[in-house]
Amino acid sequence: MNDLIMLGHGGGGRLTSDLVHDLFLKNFRNTHLEPLNDSALLTVNQKNLSFTTDSYVVNPLFFPGGNIGSLAVHGTVNDLAMSGARPLYLSAGYIIEEGFPLAELEKIVISMAEAAQSAGVEIVTGDTKVVPKGMADGVYINTAGIGVHESGTPLGPHRIKKDDVIIINGTIGDHGAAVITSREEGFSESIIISDAAALNHLVDKLQKNSINIHCLRDATRGGAGGVLAELAEQSRVDLKIEEKSIPVKEKVRGFAEIYGLEPLFLANEGKMVLFCPADEAEKVLQIMKHDPLGKNAAIIGRVSKEDQSAGRVTMKTLIGGERIIDQPSGDLVPRIC
Amino acid sequence: MKYIDEYRSPELVSGLLQKIEKRATGLVKPITIMEVCGSHTTAIGRYGIRQLLPDNIRLVSGPGCPVCVTSIEDIDQALWLAAQPEIIFASYGDLLRVPGSHGNSLEKIRAAGAQIKTVHSALDAVALAQAHPEQKIVFMGIGFETTSPTVAAAVLQAKKLEITNFFIFCSHKLMPPVMRLLLADEELKIDGFLCPGHVSTIIGAQAYNFIIKTDRAAVITGFEPVDILEGISLILEELTNGVTEVKIQYQRGVKEEGNPKARTIMNEVFQPATVNWRGLGEIPESGLVLREKFAAFDAQRHFSVPEIRSQTNHACRCGEVLRGLIEPSECNLFGTVCTPASPFGPCMVSNEGCCAAFFRYPQN
Repeated sequence: MNDLIMLGHGGGGRLTSDLVHDLFLKNFRNTHLEPLNDSALLTVNQKNLSFTTDSYVVNPLFFPGGNIGSLAVHGTVNDLAMSGARPLYLSAGYIIEEGFPLAELEKIVISMAEAAQSAGVEIVTGDTKVVPKGMADGVYINTAGIGVHESGTPLGPHRIKKDDVIIINGTIGDHGAAVITSREEGFSESIIISDAAALNHLVDKLQKNSINIHCLRDATRGGAGGVLAELAEQSRVDLKIEEKSIPVKEKVRGFAEIYGLEPLFLANEGKMVLFCPADEAEKVLQIMKHDPLGKNAAIIGRVSKEDQSAGRVTMKTLIGGERIIDQPSGDLVPRIC
Repeated sequence: MKYIDEYRSPELVSGLLQKIEKRATGLVKPITIMEVCGSHTTAIGRYGIRQLLPDNIRLVSGPGCPVCVTSIEDIDQALWLAAQPEIIFASYGDLLRVPGSHGNSLEKIRAAGAQIKTVHSALDAVALAQAHPEQKIVFMGIGFETTSPTVAAAVLQAKKLEITNFFIFCSHKLMPPVMRLLLADEELKIDGFLCPGHVSTIIGAQAYNFIIKTDRAAVITGFEPVDILEGISLILEELTNGVTEVKIQYQRGVKEEGNPKARTIMNEVFQPATVNWRGLGEIPESGLVLREKFAAFDAQRHFSVPEIRSQTNHACRCGEVLRGLIEPSECNLFGTVCTPASPFGPCMVSNEGCCAAFFRYPQN
């Protein structure tokens, strides 16, 4: 009875992490998989490539600011961009429930095409499966992607240094709040729009301006708090963030209050945390603020200067107290992406 | 955000901290304040309030988390009910991961095929009963005086609509009897209570008169940082100048007389009974059962729920945590084998649970 898959195994928190380590990594172990980053770094003919895959099961399929199709493109493009790679090609696999309206599938596919075009990637291969009614919920999409590293060292948590500055490219929690509110009645007066977007052009701008980026991570499931805790643990550094510096939209704050959730742990689909040396921070902010995807960018904290490190995130709260930010554990908001 | 930001204002917080500091300097001995409600525990952790207080003020968490105080026997019986094929078991989400005697939980038996729905209120469960006339809907009622009137209202609604497939598995509890017990605890020595804001919206201020009669302070307190610090400051003021009355800090939510209408509905449907609390045992007149008039809605009677021999895991110290005798970190299981992802005891499961709050908001 204990050995059944729970919803929490797909939640992106501790249970997922345990499953990945104890089952997938244990059986698939190889040097490409071992870093467990959002994409694997491969070297082919002395060229560095990033390769990633992600499945999308969001409910509802259409939400303010996007749908499962655009999300499936943005999410995979972002996973590649976070490694510093230029995303090039995607695959698209569909698992469709019998009886699903063709017109809705067409809407989804058209928004995938539009998202791919604006991100500058091509969908070059795919697969279609249909399962009997009741065996799936509408449509699920898997996308895989390949990107190429034009120059420079691939980014990653191993490059985070003491005293680095932590920057986020805008308000947090928009996607999580948008999806959850679109499931509920009573929120029609105050629609929250998902931040789902491809971040590769913004990353490209930063790279073209020779910013010495140490690490990027898109703050998807687990939210900004979850990914920061994960990065602190992976890179064995302590992070110090300030609650008052973290940008949150009023509507999202209101939503979070009603639901007893914290924006810090709500999913994003167009936000990334960036680590860079302190003397680069102003330039990064300037570039971001001139881009529609970064106009609310802010410095939210720093990597500790201390030599001793427990690999954890401490946040100075709004009222001046201190608390540790850990990966969300067991809190379930299923099917957010 | 209006009505939120003013209660989280760093300036107000700093002023209150100064006031508390000053009053604490005059204390002849360290004092212990119990925050009874799980929402207080969570807010204290989330804002890092504990570290901001002077050393001679100790905050201990009380038994105000409904999931945490639900007895293992009730959880085992809930698991039995939820496993019956004709039943759709409706529950608040918080209960799903509470482990029963044999490692099962509602979440686990749901994964194995049991029909379990999470609902936000008992009225959702009534709607479920209307939508599935061929099935029997059992709603697990947990919570204190804040939630029991809404469950009572759902029972009245079901009776009015002549719904015959809606049942309550009742595990409701009352707050004053358990506070009375803790007050008498020689080991605990509580000097003042931050009384639960939401429960007090129903029961009002006079329900706590038994506290001030023993010269201990009672302040009905809200859930924002400014509320909690003001509550602590008022407790210090009472203890210094002599306890005079039950104070209401949470004036924007609580009236002196509470909510008589909600109490009337609650009393119409339920009657007090001696019930079993997790870690605290049987407490006289501390729970609610359905009155005879509403026996048709009683899941325990309708389904003849069998006696289940429950087993408590003795390594789990939730009982002592619930009585405020130890901090969660003093339990050997805390954070090692017992985490929110795989909880041993209920205090680690619920969002309002003391162990979950200490795990989620670790203190430096």
